[in-house]
Amino acid sequence: MSHPVAPATGGGRIRTPLPFPTAARPAVADQQLRANLHRATRTIRAKRARVVDEVPDWEALRDAGSAIKADVQRRLPELLEQFEASATAAGATVHWARDAAEACRIVVALTRAAGADEVVKVKSMATQEIELNEALEAAGIAAYETDLAELIVQLGEDTPSHILVPAIHYNRAQIREIFQRRMPDAPADLSDEPAALAEAARVHLRRRFLSARVAVSGANFAVADTGTLVVVESEGNGRMCLTLPETLISVVGVEKLLPTFTDLEVFLQLLPRSSTGERMNPYTSMWTGVTPGDGPQTVHVVLVDNGRSAVLADPVGRPALSCIRCSACLNVCPVYERAGGHAYGSVYPGPIGAILSPQLTGVADNASLPYASTLCGACYDVCPVKINIPEILVHLRQQAPHPPAERATMGVLSWVMRSPRRWAAALRLARAGAGPLGAYRERRTGARTLRRLPWPASAWTRSRDLPLPAPQTFREWWEKQ
Amino acid sequence: MTARDEILARLRTALADGPPPVPVPRRYRRVDDRSDLIDTLVDRLEDYRAVVHRGIDALPRLLSAVDRLAVPTDVPAGWLAGYAGRLHRDAPALSPATLDELDAVLTGCAVAVADTGTIILDAGPAQGRRALTLVPDRHICVVRTDQVVGLLPEALARLDPRAPLTWISGPSATSDIELNRVEGVHGPRRLEIVLISSGA
Ligand code: SF4
Repeated sequence: MSHPVAPATGGGRIRTPLPFPTAARPAVADQQLRANLHRATRTIRAKRARVVDEVPDWEALRDAGSAIKADVQRRLPELLEQFEASATAAGATVHWARDAAEACRIVVALTRAAGADEVVKVKSMATQEIELNEALEAAGIAAYETDLAELIVQLGEDTPSHILVPAIHYNRAQIREIFQRRMPDAPADLSDEPAALAEAARVHLRRRFLSARVAVSGANFAVADTGTLVVVESEGNGRMCLTLPETLISVVGVEKLLPTFTDLEVFLQLLPRSSTGERMNPYTSMWTGVTPGDGPQTVHVVLVDNGRSAVLADPVGRPALSCIRCSACLNVCPVYERAGGHAYGSVYPGPIGAILSPQLTGVADNASLPYASTLCGACYDVCPVKINIPEILVHLRQQAPHPPAERATMGVLSWVMRSPRRWAAALRLARAGAGPLGAYRERRTGARTLRRLPWPASAWTRSRDLPLPAPQTFREWWEKQ
Repeated sequence: MTARDEILARLRTALADGPPPVPVPRRYRRVDDRSDLIDTLVDRLEDYRAVVHRGIDALPRLLSAVDRLAVPTDVPAGWLAGYAGRLHRDAPALSPATLDELDAVLTGCAVAVADTGTIILDAGPAQGRRALTLVPDRHICVVRTDQVVGLLPEALARLDPRAPLTWISGPSATSDIELNRVEGVHGPRRLEIVLISSGA
């Protein structure tokens, strides 16, 4: 018998170059940045709450979404083979990439084979993760981001700071300034009205869309039984890229699969309401291989592992692969709101980044990220696929190098979180202002105290950056366990 | 070992713990019991800034203001009755540059979802290929009342997954600037819906 092939960690932009607290320091000190983030996350939280509240069966949809994704993880190898067969039968060519570098090599080769020296791009986390733009540039191929926020970030020579709105850290005046400085065709009297800024982007990209020969996209979903890819967007830049060029290359993480076309009925309800806070985003495109006479006639799909097999190998951490990148957990996270997205180093910021990045790279390479959380549980409450982010955070903290005292505390927390009943009880205590999760309530009431607690709670305070319940309460709770 | 085989082998190793089968609870609504589907659709369309007209009679009035109109080859003749402007049928296929110079495109749709204010095009009758409804800055879409369903699951059941599908909920928009929805980026900046009865 041959030796089993070990799951492998990945590369690309998923590593924190600096420990989180160090990386967060400039952001926390930047008043403008914090004001922008506060305003934007408050807006999106309210929008999301409004459209989620009007869905009477929201919890049933979450339960279905969570179960479908768990089923996908369990059957991932067979579903990938099924997707490959269906997409191939429909005229697509399916490629496989072990890691970021291999995925980039494939896209570069396909672009060259199409005879193009530029590509238009639809916003995609996967291509950011594998650092595709840098690889294309190194190969002499210009990559043009076409999503408004990505365009702002690209023109500003910056990096994205949010999954959904990569330019969330800029306000309108700053965006206007970037356009005037870097967009040659921007009108001299460009105002900072959002409509005027959107118009400037439209004019800037129009020619490029109409003449582009190769487009690169990601996919929100890949349907195994039909071979269909799905892209959810707002502006129409996605439709432009997916429709007009002759060649379309889609880079898709292996975890993006759904078993059946029918399963989209769950996810296309969960995703828009959780991400932009809309009943439905303006545009969703679905394509299955090649349609003669309609859209790209050469269609490639690059299925990427890049660490996902390593995530899958951990039964506790595995549900991180359920993430549909809605960014709701970022928008409710008190740590994200203070630190901003850049502090997380990786393309995946916020609570999901704090669990996904260390699992993709191996915890040793991102040891500070599982500590970038107060364990308040707000991310779990909003997650449309019910990923128990606090539980996975605590689980990863146990693997990160840290003192034995901390490990002991985390062991108990992890034990609490692994059982829905214990976790619910702890949350109930927290909502009453007691227990180790007391911060939950204090955060909501705005109280902020940070104090050093006696052992074993001291280990816990060191790993948190938001308030704690009174020491007495914590000790009582601790002793009762 | 090929990348394909290696990735599949890695994933199989990763699942060595043998996770148990996962039953999928589908307790969510799959059929809408609302009696006012059409009113809901109109409400949701207008909420996302689409303009809604009722009755086939609205069409000649709308089209009279359009100089250059793109249509799919199989557009129902009745929709164009009395149209005096320049008609561009998509045969042979209009180039993106030509489409960019036209004032509007007129199509039908496959399904409309009341709950979300979404119209879905599947390249079927009276819809044409995708570029047609993308490049012109104004999209006039005729929706028959028998094409309206309540919820998303009802819509998906009516669609052929192999067809290229475009779901449209309001005109092109972005929320990228301070997270406020602003209409009008790359897709059609005006979306007008003409609701007609099933027989028309
Ligand atoms: S973890 Fe959940 S809430 Fe966060 S981005 Fe992913 S799906 Fe959305």
